[in-house]
Amino acid sequence: MTDPLTPVLTKHWDQPDIFTLDGYRRAGGWRALPKALAMPRGDVIAVVKDSGLRGRGGAGFPTGVKWSFLPQGDGKPHYLVVNADESEPGACKDVPLMMANPHLLIEGAAIAAYAIGASHAFIYVRGEVLHVVRRLRHAVEEAYAAGYLGRDILGSGFDLDVIVHAGAGAYICGEETALLDSLEGRRGLPRNKPPFPAVAGVYALPTNVNNVESIASVPAIVLNGAGWFAGVGTEKSKGFGIFNLSGHVTTPGTYEAPLGITLRQLLDLAGGIRAGHRLKFWTAGGSSAGILTDEHLDVPLDFESVAAAGSALGTRSIQIFDETTCVVRVVLRWTEFYQHESCGKCTPCREGTFWMVRVLRRLEQGNGTEEDLEKLLDICDNILGRAFCALGDSAVPPVTSGIRYFRDEFLLHQKEGGCPLDPAASTVWSTT
Amino acid sequence: MPFSEEVRARLDADAARIIGRYPGPRSALLPLLHLVQAEEGYVSADGIAYCAAKLGLTETEVTGVVTFYTMYKRHPVGEYHVGVCTNAVCAVLGGDQILAELRQHLGVAGDEATPDGKVSLEHVECNAACGYAPVVMVNWEFFDNMTPASARKLADDLRAGARAVPTRGPGRLCTWREASRILAGFNDDQATDGPAAGPADLVGLTIAREHGWTAPEPGPAGDQAKEPR
Repeated sequence: MTDPLTPVLTKHWDQPDIFTLDGYRRAGGWRALPKALAMPRGDVIAVVKDSGLRGRGGAGFPTGVKWSFLPQGDGKPHYLVVNADESEPGACKDVPLMMANPHLLIEGAAIAAYAIGASHAFIYVRGEVLHVVRRLRHAVEEAYAAGYLGRDILGSGFDLDVIVHAGAGAYICGEETALLDSLEGRRGLPRNKPPFPAVAGVYALPTNVNNVESIASVPAIVLNGAGWFAGVGTEKSKGFGIFNLSGHVTTPGTYEAPLGITLRQLLDLAGGIRAGHRLKFWTAGGSSAGILTDEHLDVPLDFESVAAAGSALGTRSIQIFDETTCVVRVVLRWTEFYQHESCGKCTPCREGTFWMVRVLRRLEQGNGTEEDLEKLLDICDNILGRAFCALGDSAVPPVTSGIRYFRDEFLLHQKEGGCPLDPAASTVWSTT
Repeated sequence: MPFSEEVRARLDADAARIIGRYPGPRSALLPLLHLVQAEEGYVSADGIAYCAAKLGLTETEVTGVVTFYTMYKRHPVGEYHVGVCTNAVCAVLGGDQILAELRQHLGVAGDEATPDGKVSLEHVECNAACGYAPVVMVNWEFFDNMTPASARKLADDLRAGARAVPTRGPGRLCTWREASRILAGFNDDQATDGPAAGPADLVGLTIAREHGWTAPEPGPAGDQAKEPR
């Protein structure tokens, strides 16, 4: 029986110098890279494949399988890109991980780069987290000085340069092909697929793009074995992951647990909903996953079960809202976000998010009608599956799930001529 | 007005280092834009012309990139640029009220600086600090668990030149231009300042330690699986 919490990635975050080379080594770090370098590349890929690790950036695609898509022995340069553009509303795992333990990510990146035959790795980190950029750069410099990066790493003949690249503020760059365009110094617009990045990625060369947490999971898998990782979690959602709880919860923050834990269990650990209040709605995987309610407290938080409940595990970004919160306000705020972040390349997303914001504002102000709800759902129908990339699709679940679970509350705004709830009651400093 | 010879020489040296990092030169555009923003405080027409010339691009191409990304400013912002998160969690927990009160307190609208040029204000989207909501960023450093009162005091301190220390970050808050230079690729000496993690990052770990909960020890099955084939 696995323990309720399983700190692996977060295990040493309370060590004050874990972000330094010495601190990381003292915690047992930089031992997985030598082991990997002694293995044939294909065996490293096989271990990650066998572990069942699935992409931790939200999509859940098997990481080892993704690595195996890169051609072997094609004589071309290959690239590894670490997607460190964490910007999903409610997502708060990659940024703290890189702030606390940047060497863990860099060691994972070195192993991944070796496995896919890349001699360049980019860490594309969002620019709005300056101290994380500092920590990453500092750790990369230390790793070069210690011989873990650079030429002929640890005498293996493997060369690797790691470049920390700061973005400039654009959620769309978390979409892997938009990220690649941005990395090439362009507007961050998504690309048509195929070709997939494994065939034509950055500079039109074979490229593997992985999320921070996926890459950071690799050193422990290499050290402890595929079976160790696969023995945790559920049958199809193996291993552990970082769950971040935020909002109206007594003790918000980071909980690293096996996939398949439930919100009820997490809330027990986190001291429940803030005192005197009750759960109204929550997200399992950031705003893009849409909302769930107290009916879903016992849904196992794994890829399959959350999808079966009509949502998505996504980035395990659990945002919790109590009964003081207006669902229309929250859905509108998320929709404004998607409108702002839509890159404008495709019509369904650009126009759809624009009009949804207008209709939702009207509803929030109490000037909406029941037909507006049908209009919103119709717009959603015209975005979902018709947008160029996942950003458009992500704008749909907040609206559809909001209407599904709280239709009456949308209409109550019309009846009352405005929001029936007091926003002051939702604040941290509210005394009610 | 185009850059003076002295400025140009300094920028050229930095630009050469930036471009030299990348297998493809155009990849240097985002950091170069951070660099010209560090020089002038915003991305001016001269900054655009400079980057275009460095990379063999047209000014139109560079302008198209500048306008796509929210961190590049087309007009001067304050020495301290304050961003209040108003995405859902922060907004509901009080970010909306903080932004409204700061606007009133400072007498500035969106993205515009106080007359002394010290502080500018904008709303920002989720900055991956949700356990610390409501969150305020100053020059992209974290100020966690803010209230309207603590946000007003922060703004006053910034205007008065008093010391304001980020919750999880360096001991000395950088100016907007200094921060832009770090984003361009040139660290200051503050990377090891501050805690590894804040309190909310440690709540699960602390509970696990109290209960003796851990990930499973690698057992024989694990050993078998980890052996090279």
